[in-house]
Amino acid sequence: MSPTAAGIIFIVSLVVALAVVYKPLGDYMYRVYSGTRHNVAERGIYRLIGVRPDRDQRWGAYARSVLAFSVISILFVYGMQRLQDKLFLSLGMAPVTDHVAWNTAISFVTNTNWQAYSGESTMGHLVQMAGLAVQNFVSAAVGMAVAITLVRGFARNRTENIGNFWVDLVRGSVRILLPIAVIGALVLVAGGVVQNFASPHDVATLAGGTQSITGGPVASQEVIKELGNNGGGFYNTNSAHPFENATTWTNWLEIFLIFLIPFSLPRTFGRLVGQNRQGYAILAVMGTLALASIVLTNVFEIGGHATVTQAIGSAMEGKDVRFGVPDSATFAAATTLTSTGAVNSFHDSFTPLGGMMTMFNMMLGEVAPGGAGAGMYGILVLAVLTVFVAGLMVGRTPEYLGKKIGSREIKLASLYFLTTPTLVLIGTAAAMGNSAGLAAMLNSGPHGLSEILYAFTSASNNNGSAFGGVTVNTPWYDVALGLCMVFGRFLPIIFVLGLAGSLARQAPVPVSAGTLPTHRPQFVGMVVGVTIIVVALTFLPALALGPLAEGLS
Amino acid sequence: MNRLPRWLAHHVAALRVVVVLTLTVGLVYPLAMTGIAQAVLGRRADGSHLEKDGKVAGSELIGQSFTGTDGEPIKRYFQSRPSAAGDGYEPGATGASNQGSESVVDVLPDPADPESGKLSLLTEVCARSKAVGELEQVSGARPYCTSDGVGAVLGVFREQGLSGRATRVVSLNQACPATPFLATYEGVAVECAEPGDDYSKALVVPVRGDAPADPVVPADAVTASGSGLDPHISPAYAALQAPRVARERGLSLDRVEDVIKQNTTGRALGFLGEPGVNVLTLNLALDRES
Repeated sequence: MSPTAAGIIFIVSLVVALAVVYKPLGDYMYRVYSGTRHNVAERGIYRLIGVRPDRDQRWGAYARSVLAFSVISILFVYGMQRLQDKLFLSLGMAPVTDHVAWNTAISFVTNTNWQAYSGESTMGHLVQMAGLAVQNFVSAAVGMAVAITLVRGFARNRTENIGNFWVDLVRGSVRILLPIAVIGALVLVAGGVVQNFASPHDVATLAGGTQSITGGPVASQEVIKELGNNGGGFYNTNSAHPFENATTWTNWLEIFLIFLIPFSLPRTFGRLVGQNRQGYAILAVMGTLALASIVLTNVFEIGGHATVTQAIGSAMEGKDVRFGVPDSATFAAATTLTSTGAVNSFHDSFTPLGGMMTMFNMMLGEVAPGGAGAGMYGILVLAVLTVFVAGLMVGRTPEYLGKKIGSREIKLASLYFLTTPTLVLIGTAAAMGNSAGLAAMLNSGPHGLSEILYAFTSASNNNGSAFGGVTVNTPWYDVALGLCMVFGRFLPIIFVLGLAGSLARQAPVPVSAGTLPTHRPQFVGMVVGVTIIVVALTFLPALALGPLAEGLS
Repeated sequence: MNRLPRWLAHHVAALRVVVVLTLTVGLVYPLAMTGIAQAVLGRRADGSHLEKDGKVAGSELIGQSFTGTDGEPIKRYFQSRPSAAGDGYEPGATGASNQGSESVVDVLPDPADPESGKLSLLTEVCARSKAVGELEQVSGARPYCTSDGVGAVLGVFREQGLSGRATRVVSLNQACPATPFLATYEGVAVECAEPGDDYSKALVVPVRGDAPADPVVPADAVTASGSGLDPHISPAYAALQAPRVARERGLSLDRVEDVIKQNTTGRALGFLGEPGVNVLTLNLALDRES
């Protein structure tokens, strides 16, 4: 079988597997978030943290809880890194420097997992599992909680109450993420992903040298890294490292885990608003964009239109033999379409147009299907924008799922979509305009601009993957990218929660002859169009100077 | 809780939740996973170690360098791919090259300091191809490569900058006194490049040459992997090395090809990933034979 044919079957098998789990997992998540009973363990947790689980919050209180939880988490992870030499299992690593620790704490709490450090030489086992991996769980649970809250805004009427953050957080972590992680971790170990507490130990190699074999609780962290769309590798080379991604089939499983929750949430959404067909419409938008992007990334990488790639004969630089070109391209598309940012091959060495696809995926705002929860609220905001645009064209008051989209709603939706481009473009411009920013480029010319543009796109969208070449562990980049991650995560969350509050307050509008049906292919096509146009108009000039200039020259 | 101001109550609850979740998903979960994994899948969980003469000789998942202390390939061993992890296959410093696919112009080293300068990805690929070709006694020719193993790239100065007649042509990656790979370009004699000279005004023109699009030396032999620890090479690269290893070890070529087959992993389920030959287990198996 040719590599291309195998690559196509690989993609088809992923689609089939995701289709199989769509209903069961989506329905399960619906029951988790709408159930009224608390199990014994959860009641114990609520008593320990001192919250009353049956009391719903207004949107303001919900947002303050999200922010308080995130601030405490940042301080906690920061402190742990700074004190790691005094804690257990540090492997003799020194305390992490202040700017790297600050950047890393923010990075993991915001679900970005941008890594300004190299795992195997910076972090001990305790910081990895009890600091960083905990945030892999809870930052994903926060994203899912916010998404569910926005959906409640559509589903509830004439109420100020939009849910209880602590309950959503705990249920998402222990009822959804943890059980899948337990199973996934053991399957990964069976494939060869390590799970131990060994320090690096020297072995004598065949050729007479020595090699230091590393250890660590990797499988338990690897599974949640993909499942929660976090992406921060235990080791520097992330999911390319054989101890994180050992075989051809663990690679398939990791891509499946990346897509699992984001592609099942539309079902949960459909159930919560009482119309499964609305879920299918959102799924169709996500699926169309994702499939197009995966196919294009594969086409560009297999086509190999670049000078060095043609000299090599195939785009194998930065790719491992067991994955090959097609499955590496599929992983790259998956990790940037979601907010994961894990890599099994190095995007910096992709062909210019293949590399541009990974950047374009993130610039879409990570809505196809986006991060756990973050993609769901992103696409719903885009759907709101779409009904507004459609309403303007026919001169009617726009409504979505029985809620009027008035001026307050559209202001919040617009602010949501202006946040990321603002951060990306201002950040990139600041880096190009100052010597500390310019000094970090590895490659020169358009490719250098691509590296910087990629870094700010990745940080502001909370993706966390890198166009490797930039030397980012400098104070300037740690601070600048840290700020992008904080604002890129929490400003949109505040706008979304505000939107949820104002939707929940409304009385439902009865469906009339003038209501735009939002479950038909026509609407799916319109959301896809709005998504691409919003992106293309914002980022096209920057892309033209970077990857397009390089790829078309 | 009621006596606390509202803003503080949020933070106290947040602190408690962070502690509780750190204990559950940060300690109990990974410790339980380690316990189960060690009990059920101990060898896998420990890193799939391989032994030679009763001592651990590495992991079947982590590639190794098969070069001597001088950095030259040890001829009785199959060679792994180039690696960007530290000095090569260092698990403590994993990494990829991160060089772009249009990286074609070298920064030539200052003759006074041979360590200075920076090779483009193209020149690295060309140099590796030439070296592998010489080692295996086959042609190392590739598109866009000169016969002396650097990137075949011209810097063309034109009358109006971007257009017009060529006025001066330099072979950018061939430091003087090298002989340029082309004698003339558009009627202008091609010069060798002087280290330190500024050619940034010239248009960069890679020259394809007449090497076949599918070179004898396979792609994985001239590229660094993503992990820097890639344990595999392609079956094509193994086949290329087989005659040399058979000769050096005094084994028949058929026997070596059999051992290659035993250490080849196909696509899982017939369509996942790409076939690969595990270099470490292959060399270990050969060491047991001769």
